[in-house]
Amino acid sequence: MITVTHYVALSFLLFAIGVTGVLIRRNLLTVLMSIELILNAANLNLIAFSRQLGDLNGQVFTVFVITLAAGEAAIGLAIIISLYRLKNSVNLDAVSELKG
Amino acid sequence: MTAPFFFWFFAAIVVFGAVGVVAMRQPVHSALFLLLSFFGIAALFITLRAEFLAAVQILVYAGGIMVLFLFTIMLVNIRRTAGEPFLHRQAGGALLVAFLLLAVVGGTIVASSRTSGLVDAGQPADPAKLSSTTITRTITETVDGKTVKTPVTEQVAGNSQAVAWSLYRDYLLPFEVASVFLLVAMIGAVVLGKRTMERVD
Repeated sequence: MITVTHYVALSFLLFAIGVTGVLIRRNLLTVLMSIELILNAANLNLIAFSRQLGDLNGQVFTVFVITLAAGEAAIGLAIIISLYRLKNSVNLDAVSELKG
Repeated sequence: MTAPFFFWFFAAIVVFGAVGVVAMRQPVHSALFLLLSFFGIAALFITLRAEFLAAVQILVYAGGIMVLFLFTIMLVNIRRTAGEPFLHRQAGGALLVAFLLLAVVGGTIVASSRTSGLVDAGQPADPAKLSSTTITRTITETVDGKTVKTPVTEQVAGNSQAVAWSLYRDYLLPFEVASVFLLVAMIGAVVLGKRTMERVD
């Protein structure tokens, strides 16, 4: 029997993988993809609890999270492109202007 | 909650895709694994009776965001950096921190489901609540030259209709704010992506 706990555990596993990606990768594009994984984990959690409680509000909030993810991806990729023009690189280490 | 086979099958696909995103050296491969993960999550949405959101997930993520990613990967010409290390210097410590996070929160989830029964308590709610909703509307009609308004309560069926009624009735203001947010994001992306940035001063 699959319960909401299974979905929550899967969602957390996805979140942990996303956090790992944000922390260990040098490539900004992959970091942004890992952030998408984290947002997807949040969506899965919202929908699992919406199913458990029989409440539509979780699904409506997922629509907003997807909207936010779309805007975030667009802005993030635009920043990456302008950063690439500036540095000729998309590595996180290349961006060290604020280093003390 | 649903047939166990579908959960385990699509959960395996989602986790495989997510690990692929983090582990692949080339960003193009990461993007394709991310696509696989998105499709798996859309399938999981269907097992949770969120059919509308499964369609939105495929349209917006697999359709829109993925195309954005692939175009950006083409624009920034990643192949040149293939020889360099693709992991951060602090990867070892970061992996340790991520593993600790996994252990602590994962342990909490498992322990709470065993001891308190909070998460597992009771049967999942009636799925009919997710695929139908009760609405009240006013029918205006003209009888003998006079307008007559009759309030009607009716049931609408289908997950899309239920989500739409909730979105446009209860969450109208957040919906409009979200549209303004998308406009701001669009303008910001256009300004940032312009080839020449003129100085303002």
